[in-house]
Amino acid sequence: MEVEAQIRGQQPGFVLVGLGDRACQEAKERVRGGFVSAGLRWPRERLIVNLAPAALKKEGAGFDLPIAIAILVASGQMQPDRVEGLAAVGEIALGGHIRPVAGTVVVAEAARRAGAERILCATESAPEAALGGIEAIPVGHLREAADFLWGELQIEPCGPPEPDPCPPAYRDLADVRGQERARRALELAAAGGHNLLLAGPPGTGKSMLARRLPGILPPLTFDEALDVTRVWSVAGLLRPGHGLMHRRPFRAPHHSASMPAIVGGGGGRLRPGEATLAHNGVLLLDELPEFARPALEALRQPLEDGSIAVARVEGRAVFPADFQLVGTMNLCPCGARGDPKVSCSCSPQRLAAFRDKLSRALLDRFDLVVTVPRPRAEELAAEPGEPSTPVRERVVEARERLADGGLPRTAAADDLLDRAVESLPLSGRGRARVARVSLTIAALARADAIDAEHVAEALAYRAPAELAA
Amino acid sequence: MNELALAAYAAATGRHVVREPTDAHYRAFLRRFDEPAYRERLRELGVTWLGRTSPRFPHGVGAIFDPPAGLFVRGHGAAGILDSPSVAIVGARACSPYGAQVARTLGRELGRAGLVVVSGMARGIDAEAHRGALDGGGRTVAVFGCGIDRDYPASHAELARRIGETGLVVSEYGPGVEPAPWRFPARNRIVAGLAAATVVVEARERSGALITADLALEEGREVFAVPGEITSALSAGTNRLLALGATPLLEPADVLRSFGIEAAAAAQVRVGGTAARVLGALAGALAVDELVRATGLDASAVAAALTELELAGLAAAGDGLYRRVAAR
Repeated sequence: MEVEAQIRGQQPGFVLVGLGDRACQEAKERVRGGFVSAGLRWPRERLIVNLAPAALKKEGAGFDLPIAIAILVASGQMQPDRVEGLAAVGEIALGGHIRPVAGTVVVAEAARRAGAERILCATESAPEAALGGIEAIPVGHLREAADFLWGELQIEPCGPPEPDPCPPAYRDLADVRGQERARRALELAAAGGHNLLLAGPPGTGKSMLARRLPGILPPLTFDEALDVTRVWSVAGLLRPGHGLMHRRPFRAPHHSASMPAIVGGGGGRLRPGEATLAHNGVLLLDELPEFARPALEALRQPLEDGSIAVARVEGRAVFPADFQLVGTMNLCPCGARGDPKVSCSCSPQRLAAFRDKLSRALLDRFDLVVTVPRPRAEELAAEPGEPSTPVRERVVEARERLADGGLPRTAAADDLLDRAVESLPLSGRGRARVARVSLTIAALARADAIDAEHVAEALAYRAPAELAA
Repeated sequence: MNELALAAYAAATGRHVVREPTDAHYRAFLRRFDEPAYRERLRELGVTWLGRTSPRFPHGVGAIFDPPAGLFVRGHGAAGILDSPSVAIVGARACSPYGAQVARTLGRELGRAGLVVVSGMARGIDAEAHRGALDGGGRTVAVFGCGIDRDYPASHAELARRIGETGLVVSEYGPGVEPAPWRFPARNRIVAGLAAATVVVEARERSGALITADLALEEGREVFAVPGEITSALSAGTNRLLALGATPLLEPADVLRSFGIEAAAAAQVRVGGTAARVLGALAGALAVDELVRATGLDASAVAAALTELELAGLAAAGDGLYRRVAAR
C-alpha cells in the first residue's frame, strides 16, 4: 500500500482519494490536528492524498501516520530520501500522540515483503511489529516521528520480543474434585487433539472442566504463537505492549452467537469470527444444542479443513481456524436427566426435538463423548485432583509419540473392534473414531501397539445410544 | 354381515364401530361399497384382512368383550403367529433408562424363548420391547391405533419395517385413518386380547398401559408388573398394580414359567478379572466415577471393563449411569 501526497493549486483544501472508509476519511481532521499539536506547518495550498492501489478498499485509522509523513514530504518539510524504504502505521490523536491499531503485525509483515526496511508505529505496538521480521521504530508522538526522520532524534528499534520467561497461567485441574472419567477424557482430548462433548445435567462441572483444557495442552510453538498473534492483532484483541501471544486461545461464545459471529464476516465485512480467534486453541460451545443450527453447521468446514473461507460484500478471505472443539450439553431440555434427585419433565416430542438439534454430521466430529452424571454428595468431598502440570507433561510426551507415527493394532484389538461394530450401534465413521482414540490411549500408555484394552476404553467414549438415536 | 364393509365404514366415517349400525346412512354406504375394489386397494398396500368370523382370526381377540369387525394385517410373518403364545409388553412413552433396559431385555429373552412379543410401537417401552424381541431373533407384533397404512410415530417407520420382516403389524383401522388420542385405549384392548399375558414395565398412575392391564385382567389373562422405586412417578402405576395383586416380574424366567417354558440355563459368559471386579461393584445404577471409587481401579481401566461387560451383555449404560442387565 502506498500513500502519495501532492500540493496542487492555491485554494486551501484537503482531498483524500483511494477508496478509504469513513475512518480513513476522518484521517484528514486527525492528521491536521496532529500537525498543529506537533508544531509542524500545515500547508495552506490544496492538498491531495492518494491511497494506492486505488481499486482496493481501505479501512481503519492506521493510515494517519503514513498520510502525515507523505504530507511532510509533499510540503517540502522533509527530504524524500529520508523516507526511502520506510513504512508506517498508526492512528494520530488530535494532540499528536500515536495510537496503536489492530493488525500491526500483519502490516509489518506485508511491509517487509514489499521491500521496506523499517516501520514506524506506536510504542505499544512496536513489539508486535518487530515480529514481522522488520526493524520496528516505536514513536509516541508525531513530533518524535518527524524528529526521527529529520535525524534529530535517535530511537532504538524494538527487537523481537524475548520468549516469555514465565509460562502463561491457566486455570488448574487441581480445582476439579472427583470427576475421574471426565478428567481422563480431557487428558485424552489434549493428547490426541480430539474434539470432546460433555453431556450431563447442569452444575456438574462440565464447563469448569472444559476451561481447563488449554492448561494441559503443550505450550505453543513459536510459529503457532505467531499465527495466534496475527489473528488476535487483526481482530484488535491484542493487549497493547504485548508481542507474541504465548497463551493458548480459549474462546467461549455465548449460545446466542450468530453464524457470522462464529465463522467470521458479518455486516458485510471481513472479520475473523470466534472459530478463527480460537485458532491453535480451544473453542468451547457451552450448551451446544442452544446454538442456532446454521452456526453449528458452519463449523463443519473448519473442523474438517482447519480453515474457513468467508465471502462477503468486501471480498473473500480464508481465515485459519484450527481449533479443538469442546461442547457441553444437558441430556434433555429441562436438564433433569442424569440427575438422580429430580425427575425429567420433558415430553418425548420435546426430547426428540432437542436431540434432533445435534445433526449426525456434527455429532460425528466428536471423537470423545462423555456423559457426566450429577455426583452424589460424598463425591464432592473428594480430595483435590491432580494438578495440570503433570497431566500436561504426559500429554506432551504422548504427542511426541503420536508425531512419530501410528502404532500397529494387535490381533486381539482388531477382533474387539470388529465385534463392537457388529453388536453396538457403531457406524463406519464411529469405527474410525474409536480407532483414533485407541491410538491416543496407547500412546499415553507408552505401549508399542494398540491392544484390546485400549480399544475397549476407546469404545467407552462413543456417543451413547440416547444421543446417537 | 359384511365385516369388511363395516371396517371400511368405520374408516370412512372416522368412527369406532364394532356392531353393524341399523341406520339409513350405513345402508346407503353398503349399497355404494365396492368390495372387490376395496380388496384390490388393500392388496396394493400389501394388507390382508382377517374378518372376525374368519377361522384365522386370532382366538384371543375373538374372546374379548367387544372384538373388532376384523383386523387389517401387513408384514411377512405368518398369520398363525397371532395365535401363538404371546406376551404383551407395555408401558410409558416417556420411560426412564431403567424401564427402557428392562423392556429391551424382556423383549429379547421372551423373543429368544419363542414367545411372540406384542406391543403398540409407541415411543419408549413399546418400541424397546419390539427392538428387544428383534435383537433376540424373536417375532413381534405391533398393534396400531391408527390406519394400517400409517407408521405412527413417523420416526418408527424403520422399526415398523423391521417388525414386518418376520412379524406382523395389525390394526382394526383401515387405510387412511388418522391417529387420534381416543383410538389408543381402543387399540390397547387388542394388545391385551392378542396376548396370553401382559407385562407392564413402567407406568404412571392413570396411564394407557394400566388400561391395557385392566383389560387383560377383565379377560382373565395374567398380568405382570415390574417393581420400581417407590419415589419414581414412572413406577407409581406398576407398584399400584402389584399392590392390587399383579404378579411381580423379577426376571424374564417368571413369564416363561407361566407358559410352562423352562428358562434355558443362562449362557455362561466369561469376562476378564478386571471386568468381573467392576461387575461385582455394579449395584444399582452407578456412574463411572463411583465405580472408580468402589473398585480402586483408575478411570481408564473401569472404562475398558465396562465396554467388555456391555459387549458381553452384562451391563448397559443410560444417561451416564451403568447398571447390570441380565438378572443373575
